[in-house]
Amino acid sequence: MGATAPVVVAGAGQAGSWAVKTLRDEGYGGPLVLVGEEQHPPYERPPLSKQVLLGDDPPESTILLDHDMLGELDVEFRARTRITALDRERRILGLEDGSTLAYDRLMITTGARVRRLELPGAAEAPIMYLRTIEDSLAIARKAAKGVRCVVIGGGLIGLEAAAAVSELGCRVAVVEAGERLMARVVGPRTSAYFADLHRTRGIELVLGDSPVRLEQAGGSTRVILASGAGLDADLIVVGIGVVPNAEFAADAGLKVDNGLWVDECGRTEDPRIFAAGDVTAHHNPVLGRRVRLETWQNAQNQAIAAARTLAGSEHALSDIPWGWSNQFKVNLQILGVAGHWDDAVLRGDPQGGSFSLFYFDQGAMCGVDAINAPRDIAVARRLMSRNIPVDRTRLGDRAVPLKDLLKG
Amino acid sequence: MAGDDALEWHKVANKAEILNDEPLGVEVEEQFIGLYLVDGEIYAMDNVCSHEFAILTDGFMEDECIECPIHQALFDVRTGKARSAPAEVDLKTYPVRVEGEDVFVGLPAK
Repeated sequence: MGATAPVVVAGAGQAGSWAVKTLRDEGYGGPLVLVGEEQHPPYERPPLSKQVLLGDDPPESTILLDHDMLGELDVEFRARTRITALDRERRILGLEDGSTLAYDRLMITTGARVRRLELPGAAEAPIMYLRTIEDSLAIARKAAKGVRCVVIGGGLIGLEAAAAVSELGCRVAVVEAGERLMARVVGPRTSAYFADLHRTRGIELVLGDSPVRLEQAGGSTRVILASGAGLDADLIVVGIGVVPNAEFAADAGLKVDNGLWVDECGRTEDPRIFAAGDVTAHHNPVLGRRVRLETWQNAQNQAIAAARTLAGSEHALSDIPWGWSNQFKVNLQILGVAGHWDDAVLRGDPQGGSFSLFYFDQGAMCGVDAINAPRDIAVARRLMSRNIPVDRTRLGDRAVPLKDLLKG
Repeated sequence: MAGDDALEWHKVANKAEILNDEPLGVEVEEQFIGLYLVDGEIYAMDNVCSHEFAILTDGFMEDECIECPIHQALFDVRTGKARSAPAEVDLKTYPVRVEGEDVFVGLPAK
């Protein structure tokens, strides 16, 4: 009889790191292989568009599990290894170099990759994306006083990048196809607050317009917009979303539709295959629907849940989606998933720089945008997860301690 | 109590400043320390999250746990135990003495 095939964790980001750690915590003592496409051991990405880009923290500060820690966990780490195929019948992964890797059970944590800007002239233009350590350092190297930077995409990544390169001295314009900033994740009032913030800091916002081609002229690039306007750029940073790395799973017959489908415990339809993080679309019991999340929280907690389940102690994810952003030292925290809501309650004073917007759908709180108000999120998460009825007048009254609302 | 000899007691607060819902962050000898009230007892614990720099007393207090304001790690303020991810390292706690209205924290003597 041959040796037991390992548990393979495919993807060495935040989710992969929590998966291997949790498997060992749960007592899985067999062979464990972690496969990563990048050259680095697992690291977390949020600082790449913030502290690392600004030069406040070194890139090494993002490492979640270094080689020593991987050694202590007895994890065989394979860097620079791309998975291209999955054979579920023979239980092997096909790797880019043509070799194969057998698994006993498989945890897919391959994450997502940036969506690329496919436009005439893009190949010749100084386009940069922001996903990896190298991306962050490359943008930081180019961002300097007087450099004209055009950011394509007014979502979280685009705006964090815009704020950071502006602080590094660039002259920045942001182009967003939608009519408002971060429309996918926050409400209109929050969008307006951040539009003001960016404009006040000298950033030009171009809303409701999108690039159609890029032209080279005299050493710089001109970004031509659908409206006919043009923006000159020495540096173009593109943040227009990500694509889940789920093709090999789809080719193997697993259900993929905007992400690899898993249940609330991180199980795919194949009993030997689990998945977690950006690559997955899971049924979220709190939202009551399937969702693909691109958050730090989900990468961590879904990986913990899936690894526990793989190791034999079934564990369901029951988080309310949550994420944060820092732009010009303003902290934004987002709870729930924006979408359907019919009422919004303001607590605090936008002029004063600290406020929250609580969203309601048919009487129930369904989400919050908190600006410089992290404790509001802590209470709201409890109000939502415990289904506590909320008096909206008291909620909007800062004289009433928010925590009092937990008493119902 | 054994070990007490090696402690230096520092007055850090008045009792009334430490509330159930509102822990108090103080700085003693260049150390950040959080003071908490749980079931009528005052506890002192390192005030910087063991995961990443964050002042825990800015977070949310419920029962015996403080939740980090940044990444939501939970710590039991009575024992310093890290109760949830992303924190994995426990925090140090310190002995507390109350004399009248004055709250003292015992730090290892220099």
